[in-house]
Amino acid sequence: MSSHVSNHAKNSTHWMSRLLVMPSVSMLLLWMIIPLAMTLYFSTIQYNLLYPEDNAFVGFENYSYFIEDPGFWPGISNTLILVGSVLLITVVLGTLISVLVNTPFWGQGIVRILLISPFFIMPTVNALVWKNLLLHPVSGVFAHVWRFFGAEPVDWFAQYPLFSIIMIVSWQWLPFAILLLMTALQSLDQEQQEAARLDGAGIWSIFYHLTLPHLARPITVVIMIETIFLLSLFAEIFTTTGGGPGYETTNLAYLIYDQALLQYDVGMASAGGVVAVVLANIAAFFLIRAVGKSLTDHK
Amino acid sequence: MANLKITQLRKAYGDVEILKGIDLDINDHEFVVFVGPSGCGKSTLLRTIAGLEDVNSGHIYLDEHEITELAPAKRDLAMVFQSYALYPHMTVRKNMSFALDLAGVDKHSIDEKVKAAADILELTLLLDRKPKDLSGGQRQRVAIGRSIVRNPKIFLFDEPLSNLDAALRVQMRLELARLHRDLRATMIYVTHDQVEAMTLADKVVVLNQGQIEQVGAPIELYERPKNMFVAGFLGMPRMSFLDAKVKDVHSQSVDIELNNGTSLSLPIATQNLKSQSHVTLGIRPEHINLCEKESGDMQVTFDVAEHLGSDTYCYAKTHSGESLTIRENSETNVSAGESLGVRINTAKCHLFDQQGNAVGYAVDTEQ
Amino acid sequence: MHLTLRHQKQLKTLVIGALAWGIALLLFFPIFWMLLTSFKTEIEAFSTPPSFLFTPTLENYLTINERSDYFHFAWNSVVVSVLSTLLGMLVAVPAAYSMAFFETKRTKSTLLWMLSTKMLPPVGVLVPIYLLVKDAGLLDTKAALIVIYTLINLPIMVWMIYTYFKEIPKDILEAARMDGATLLQEVTSVLLPMSKGGLASTILLSLILCWNEAFWSLNLTSSEAAPLTALVASYSSPEGLFWAKLSAVSTLACAPIIIIGWFSQKQLVRGLSFGAVK
Repeated sequence: MSSHVSNHAKNSTHWMSRLLVMPSVSMLLLWMIIPLAMTLYFSTIQYNLLYPEDNAFVGFENYSYFIEDPGFWPGISNTLILVGSVLLITVVLGTLISVLVNTPFWGQGIVRILLISPFFIMPTVNALVWKNLLLHPVSGVFAHVWRFFGAEPVDWFAQYPLFSIIMIVSWQWLPFAILLLMTALQSLDQEQQEAARLDGAGIWSIFYHLTLPHLARPITVVIMIETIFLLSLFAEIFTTTGGGPGYETTNLAYLIYDQALLQYDVGMASAGGVVAVVLANIAAFFLIRAVGKSLTDHK
Repeated sequence: MANLKITQLRKAYGDVEILKGIDLDINDHEFVVFVGPSGCGKSTLLRTIAGLEDVNSGHIYLDEHEITELAPAKRDLAMVFQSYALYPHMTVRKNMSFALDLAGVDKHSIDEKVKAAADILELTLLLDRKPKDLSGGQRQRVAIGRSIVRNPKIFLFDEPLSNLDAALRVQMRLELARLHRDLRATMIYVTHDQVEAMTLADKVVVLNQGQIEQVGAPIELYERPKNMFVAGFLGMPRMSFLDAKVKDVHSQSVDIELNNGTSLSLPIATQNLKSQSHVTLGIRPEHINLCEKESGDMQVTFDVAEHLGSDTYCYAKTHSGESLTIRENSETNVSAGESLGVRINTAKCHLFDQQGNAVGYAVDTEQ
Repeated sequence: MHLTLRHQKQLKTLVIGALAWGIALLLFFPIFWMLLTSFKTEIEAFSTPPSFLFTPTLENYLTINERSDYFHFAWNSVVVSVLSTLLGMLVAVPAAYSMAFFETKRTKSTLLWMLSTKMLPPVGVLVPIYLLVKDAGLLDTKAALIVIYTLINLPIMVWMIYTYFKEIPKDILEAARMDGATLLQEVTSVLLPMSKGGLASTILLSLILCWNEAFWSLNLTSSEAAPLTALVASYSSPEGLFWAKLSAVSTLACAPIIIIGWFSQKQLVRGLSFGAVK
């Protein structure tokens, strides 16, 4: 009898805890499944917004068109290059800069605030300011600096389009890395460092053997969050190069956008969407396996 | 009135049984201590009484009313947690009055109760501080004060002193004893510290692997342990155990032979032993004395001596390699490797059968 | 010449300070330059070499407001960010509470699954969402943005609050239960006050992400519900002709969130780090 009642009590807490999680889970589930199912369906039919009445089933035709699209392979490689380069730049520079500003000096507080500011700037503003005020081939600040040293000004977005995009995106995400790593360093064990110094460790071996291991967890967080946002990078490309010249700055996100909204081919864009989702899931699988474990382990 | 009765209480997490059928009676005004090694289930037992864990089967009655399925708040019990569990965002006053506020007691009597509790615990000057501005001992007092204001039927303590340093622990131990005397309340106290158990308890409950090994007054448990576990758990330094074989059973005594060949005659009356059966001899350190090499019951070799000022604990080995602890006075001076004789007070020895259960107690020969 | 240990230390501090200031100024320069340009006339904004000395003018700010009604866009940004954040908290707090204090075998995988929904590229589902929003008659409405922002920020919000709740000792909630608190009292008078800081930082991050979101806002709004991101984007079309005005509008669009960010950087980082930074 009593065991029956206690099971009932247990069930009710169980029931309540499920009830509390339900809104979040069901909202996200709908958010994921409905559009995904629609995308899957669209990807198998002929669907162009210019000829909306003709919706014949075409099987995998959209997929083969999407993969044969001249923008497909550049789109994939640009996506990878973008994510990889920005990750590398922000993690390496972020680590070095946060170690640098961790030792006390005059105006440390202000320096920190200046360093993290770009993170709060809108992606569109970031892109516009860089494109016009800084990288403009005639009146941009960079052009002035080049001319000051007697060099020919560079037309950044025409000559080095992908590099320019990487530069401005890194500018935006470097502060995020600094913000996290800087705070992580404050909890680095001071005694441990002193002990290492007494043991005769130099700056480099302290950095390598103490600082880096201490930063391992925050660095994985930086990598995870940045990857989430960088995989679907859009606004910066949209406002600066529009994917060009040619396909030089077209990433997958932009390619799909281009097909859906500029060429009105929903069927092919949906096929692209499915490809992007599959790729993102592969990335997510590896990332979450690598990072998620260490994040959910609580002491 | 506050009588607690527990019958056949079982609790498991998945396949792991934590409590394997506990039966226990706790009487009004009693100070009961649950003691045992970590993982023995003592904290879980306390938490099932509090209502913080539900049970798989069994019953808990408080004054004839079953409370097994009752919500913690409805049980009229108060608990002091090991971590104190003070509300960090509330002042000491608010921490203490929180339960009464929730119960809707009128402001005036809340104030009075908080004041009275603060007086008892010398917290009056700290009432407007936050927990983070208090020392460990003060926090402990607030946690106790929080229980006192509720005037519960039973106070529950979950290892309340384990986060304090040694000196403070002794002081708080005395204060708890005084508090129990003054409040005349029923208290249940969980600890792994046998000194706390011996000094505070009216009744000690020794738990091991989810079962009660023995219940009784501290001295009773010390002098008449039911089994080797209780005998070994209570007493500092531990009781020494030596393997032995029964040679002869008389009506008022048992003759045994130790592994090193020594023969002893123990004044224990028992019918449960057979000749040649294996037994274990238990001797507390205070019941062995050093003597001249030739005149003792047996010879031992010394290993280490600990000088505590008041006493000296000598750790020695018998010739068959078994450990023996001897308590001597402070003037004793032995050195490592030295051989000496020991005399065993056979009237105080314990004898356990092969299952580890005591086979009867010494007939008091000194009377 | 030998430097004493003290001098060596002073020199080191000096070099580090100079280097740090140099990097900080370099990274901050684009923002500074944007601010400066916003106070120039259009001609000064274009001058070669660039002018550092000029008579500041507020003309740009006034023109912007006349031409495109800054406050209309700003109001949209505020409404969308605040309501979406509120809605998000309303859904995320109960979920995080349940996950942190009634942990089951599935809790961890649920959390990871939530995070993985963030990995879906928005472009992948742009068309269906666009069509759904259109069919619901919600194109160019704040309601559509509010719901979508809530959905995209929800995983991070749940995770952050979960991390904060995990730091609260179970004992304290049990003590409240012993003290007679109901579930609601336990949450409102113990749990929420104790996690104020964490909730604040979650709210902050959600505000920042909503304020700066520039995919859905550009694709789902045109005028009525367009937030500041759309206003800024609209200044990109007349290629570089109105730099001073562009700078002014950008400054106006970013200022609120930068200032909030400055004042709350500590809170922010603790939340963002998923407990990786203590």
